[in-house]
Amino acid sequence: MATNILPMLPIILPFFAGVIMLFMGKRPIPHRIVSAITSALMVGISAYSIYYVYKNGAMVTFISNWSAPFGISVVYDMVAALLVLTTSIILFFTVVYSFQSIGYEREKYYYYPMVMFMITGIIGAFTTGDIFNMFVFFEVFLLASYVLITLGNRKIQLQEGFKYFVVNVVSSNFFLIGLAYLYSITGSLNMADIQIKLSNYDGNLAVMTLVAVVFIFVFATKAGLFPLYFWMPGSYNAPPIPIIALFGALLTKVGIYAIARTFSLFFQHDVGYTHQVLLLLALLTIIVGCIGALAYTDMKMVIIYNIMIAVGVIVVGFAMMDEVGSIGAMYYLIHDMIIKGALFLLVGFIIYRTGKNNSEDIGGLINSHPVVGWTFFIAALSLAGVPPLPGFYGKLFIVESAFLNDHVIAAIIVLLSSLIVLFSIMKLFINVFFREPREGLELRDIKSDKLLFSAVGLVVVSIVFGLSADFLYPVFEMAAESFFDPSSYSNYLMEVE
Amino acid sequence: MELVTIILSGILIASATYLILSKSVLRIIIGISILSHGVHLMILTMGQLKRGNVPVLDDSVSTYTDPLPQALILTAIVISFALTSFSLILLLRNYKELGTDNTEDMKGVPHGD
Repeated sequence: MATNILPMLPIILPFFAGVIMLFMGKRPIPHRIVSAITSALMVGISAYSIYYVYKNGAMVTFISNWSAPFGISVVYDMVAALLVLTTSIILFFTVVYSFQSIGYEREKYYYYPMVMFMITGIIGAFTTGDIFNMFVFFEVFLLASYVLITLGNRKIQLQEGFKYFVVNVVSSNFFLIGLAYLYSITGSLNMADIQIKLSNYDGNLAVMTLVAVVFIFVFATKAGLFPLYFWMPGSYNAPPIPIIALFGALLTKVGIYAIARTFSLFFQHDVGYTHQVLLLLALLTIIVGCIGALAYTDMKMVIIYNIMIAVGVIVVGFAMMDEVGSIGAMYYLIHDMIIKGALFLLVGFIIYRTGKNNSEDIGGLINSHPVVGWTFFIAALSLAGVPPLPGFYGKLFIVESAFLNDHVIAAIIVLLSSLIVLFSIMKLFINVFFREPREGLELRDIKSDKLLFSAVGLVVVSIVFGLSADFLYPVFEMAAESFFDPSSYSNYLMEVE
Repeated sequence: MELVTIILSGILIASATYLILSKSVLRIIIGISILSHGVHLMILTMGQLKRGNVPVLDDSVSTYTDPLPQALILTAIVISFALTSFSLILLLRNYKELGTDNTEDMKGVPHGD
């Protein structure tokens, strides 16, 4: 059996790029070239992989040819393929954005290698088929993110970085506890194998509910769900813009992916309890996120609270666990990764240009930056879900699924949250671009062609994504299948035996 | 035997919780490493503690010890080693830049930043 190398490439490429850059030493210009080339290559490879998976079904690679339930397998199904492509696109634009924004000192002290190691961990967590391997990849990207959040030694970064570190280490240890319970129940670590064992087991599985609660605790901390979001606004506010864009667009989404994967594969025996808890937490997250988004005028904070709203909406879709809800959640997940990256990059441009974080200190930027203004406007509409921009389709499916499952309150909260998202982001738009300029506002003279290229580029990607929703529907249907029909995910084990 | 190790790991996790809730940064870091020890002990117990059996599954072997928990713990120990060393460096930088190791003084945005 020949090993298919294609699923491994998105993990191997950034890892080797990072290692090569470490050996290059403190030379930012070669680092820039290597990381830009690597991320462009990853976009190409992952786009081809989507086509390949669409034609041939999920790609599975058995590491060192150890057969499936015993060795580690990399399962590159449609969910992983879509998430890897989105991650690569965001990585490419953020790397280009970093050229002119992150600062020479940070570049010298291994900023790009750390970004690459973080991407290695994120993509590994998306593609692995082994739950312990997922823990290891979580640690890989968390360790790189601890470095990124503190890189530069500003006081706020060190202070918030330490809190971020403690919260994540404690939740990682709980991940291990959950894994230990799961292993003692099923005797396996391969996710597909666990799914088969649990669905064929007809004894009492009440203890699995305990595992479900431990997993909710772990992944809710990573994703920023309601009672465990407390670290997020502070920590995401601390580092420079490109790092926030990567964190906001990718890190919380890994938590959501892990929730969706584990809850669709493992916890199917007591859906009435576990998925209700998930739904309740998601709704509370939306409400808290709305309060935060309305309360702040600081541009970064408004978007950070908007991340929480989006996390809540996506988890509502996954908590329904039916076909419509899964398609909607999957679509909204991809949409939110792109648009949050785009918004952070746009806001970052405004912050670099004016030197102000607070939207009330700025005004009248539309005269000097009409293109940025209208791009921001389109991004805001896309975030709120105005058709034909992509936010609309995801929310449409999620709300439809909530109505179909008689969760009318959930549907209403999701719909109302769109209005609050629109209001909070329009408040920024009007403050920054349309009011009379505040006194003492001076535009800094910065090089900004690459900043604008990345920010506008991501918004264009989002528009194209929205316009091609109809064309992409079969792809998302295929992706959602592994959530509402978990046996389709574990099919590859049958073929091995 | 399983009962004893479970109780031991419970004691470790309880004392780790106490340390993590304290205000000194160094105590929090010690708490984190004790927490990981407790968790590792628990993984070991979950694979059942059987002595005197081979860890290799073969046709001629009827009882065998599960080697997987050891492999998992080895990985987890390496990770927690990396985390501990990183956290100590972070503590040092924190102390130099902020001039404190008390978490009470680490609230809000520091002035002049």
